[in-house]
Amino acid sequence: MHPYLQSFVGGLLVGTAVWILLKGIGRVAGISGIAAEAISSPRTSLWRFAFLLGLIIGGAFFVKFFSIPTANVASGGALIAAGLLVGFGTVVAGGCTSGHGVCGLGRRSMRSLVATASFMGAGMVTVAILNALKAGA
Amino acid sequence: MMNTDVANVTRMTNARGAAIALIAGVVFAAGLALGGMMDPRKVQGFLNVGGITTGQWDPSLAFVMGGALLVSFITFALVKTKDVSWLGGALTLPNRNDIDVRLIAGSVLFGIGWGLSGFCPGPAIASLVHGGASVLMFVGAMLVGMLIAKKTLG
Repeated sequence: MHPYLQSFVGGLLVGTAVWILLKGIGRVAGISGIAAEAISSPRTSLWRFAFLLGLIIGGAFFVKFFSIPTANVASGGALIAAGLLVGFGTVVAGGCTSGHGVCGLGRRSMRSLVATASFMGAGMVTVAILNALKAGA
Repeated sequence: MMNTDVANVTRMTNARGAAIALIAGVVFAAGLALGGMMDPRKVQGFLNVGGITTGQWDPSLAFVMGGALLVSFITFALVKTKDVSWLGGALTLPNRNDIDVRLIAGSVLFGIGWGLSGFCPGPAIASLVHGGASVLMFVGAMLVGMLIAKKTLG
């Protein structure tokens, strides 16, 4: 399969998961919201823990099953800083790539369009700065 | 007696809901893996728009988003707010439309972390088993960041 077609099919599966969660239990598949609610209100979060468990099991299985290459591009302090920024930022903004990007844009929400443009723009600037620093070093 | 029945029905709905959510999580992860999104190099490769002119740009993420949005768009277009789920409950749909500083500032902070690491929450959590100490560190820091935001901003 051509890698772009493979990515598109992967996207269709992500969309299918959104459909299953919405039609099945009436919930929107926003992963940052699911994770943040699960750890702050664990008693009422059985379905959230189940979803996260599925994500972990599925990730472990399909990376092996499809022989998907993985890597880490950051380490140490940069990786921890990135984790803090991702966790803090997604809760403040009320969504991440899945909640705003996939579900929000799918709902044609202007709020999610602004969020998606903001995090994609910030990500592009960050990578441009990283590359400039690497080129200078 | 009545309360016990209600409790039993709720417990069964919870168990069935959890089973559906588990399946949704597995399918989501399959899509992320197949789409290449569990490789942070592909994510940074997409964000590297400077690479468009040099031929180093990796558009994979755009194809994943395209496929996911196609299904998501149809799903939300066909769903009505008064619909009930397979379990018979009401749908919980986002209802905010306001665009405020927090939305933009939070998204920018998230974008910086995403660009630095190549990880957003879904792929990071899906990488927990094979990702080793660095993914554990990232997800741990991410959960701490989430709790800080919840505690300080409500």
